[in-house]
Amino acid sequence: MKLSKVFYDGLIKENPIFVQLIGMCSVLAVTTSVVNGIGMGLAVTGVLVGSNLVISLFRRVIPDKIRIPAFVVVIATFVTIIEMFMKAYTRDLYNALGIFIPLIVVNCIILARAEAFASQNGVVASVVDGLGMGVGYTGALLILGALREIIGAGTLFDIQLFGPSFEPALIFIMPPGAFILLGILIGIFNHMLKKKSKVDA
Amino acid sequence: MDIFTILISTMFVNNFVLARFLGICPFLGVSNKIETATGMSIAVTFVVTLSSIITYIIQVSILDTLGLEFLQTIVFILVIAALVQFVEMVMKKTSPTLYDALGVYLPLITTNCVVLGVAILNIQEGFNLIQTIFNSAGASIGFGIALVLISGLREQFELADIPEALEGFPITLITAGLMSIAFLGFSGLV
Repeated sequence: MKLSKVFYDGLIKENPIFVQLIGMCSVLAVTTSVVNGIGMGLAVTGVLVGSNLVISLFRRVIPDKIRIPAFVVVIATFVTIIEMFMKAYTRDLYNALGIFIPLIVVNCIILARAEAFASQNGVVASVVDGLGMGVGYTGALLILGALREIIGAGTLFDIQLFGPSFEPALIFIMPPGAFILLGILIGIFNHMLKKKSKVDA
Repeated sequence: MDIFTILISTMFVNNFVLARFLGICPFLGVSNKIETATGMSIAVTFVVTLSSIITYIIQVSILDTLGLEFLQTIVFILVIAALVQFVEMVMKKTSPTLYDALGVYLPLITTNCVVLGVAILNIQEGFNLIQTIFNSAGASIGFGIALVLISGLREQFELADIPEALEGFPITLITAGLMSIAFLGFSGLV
């Protein structure tokens, strides 16, 4: 398997948010601004790469019957490391993301990649897979976060985009906006994929 | 905070699905039929309440006294996974009818973020044991309300003419957004 293909699969073809629709809780919750979205994306990427690396290293040692608990312990360890790291160096981000940092443990993407990819493939491929999935996840958070911040607050990276007469649609940084915007984005993504498959056929 | 305020606040004002975004996966995944949604809600309520009590006791009596707070995430997820397995086994032995009704949902609950989320939030908010019990019960009942409501709406979708690209998850998310707006009406209640 070519590494570039593994990376591309994670980024576009099997994008965890827009195609696989897993790990949605944190996506909806933390995308009130671009910075939060990117921060969460990087944290998840870190955990994904770390857990994929360790699990593929030990894939021949872990007995089949207890593999899920073993994976969960590995993942929880990496989440704890990232959590402590963020607490020490990026205090504001840590406070903004709050409960969703420990909840990376139960983010289905990570366990799904451990089970579907890292437990069957070599170390290098697994790391690349983790990177691809992580970047795909971060990209989705980036798009959603940017749209919500622009529409809901009229800013991007805290820089005012429009004149003072702009009235931000506050609903989009509140919970309902997250649901509606993500629904529309997935709809657009579906539409493009269908169009493309029709052209191919 | 008194118990009644906690219950109302977690069930409606800070609804775990529609305002806090916890448990979105089962909210989208098992909300096709009212029947399955009800089964899932009951199973979640049971597991969440039980696991919150156990994690609370572990936090206070073991982690806090030994100064091991940093192990919270690892310990909690292991406790929850073991508890779910245990509940499944006990249910299978003692009450086969209940197991037939709820059994299929139990393995899914381990990765439901409501369970871990509530357990951690109880500790962060500094609740005592009684408040913990009511907070967890309220949270999971709120989850159940949202799940049953959306499954009722989704059953109607089968009769509706929905644009092709929006079929399935997108229209469900948009509906959830509208429900979330409705639930915003509860803010200010507490």
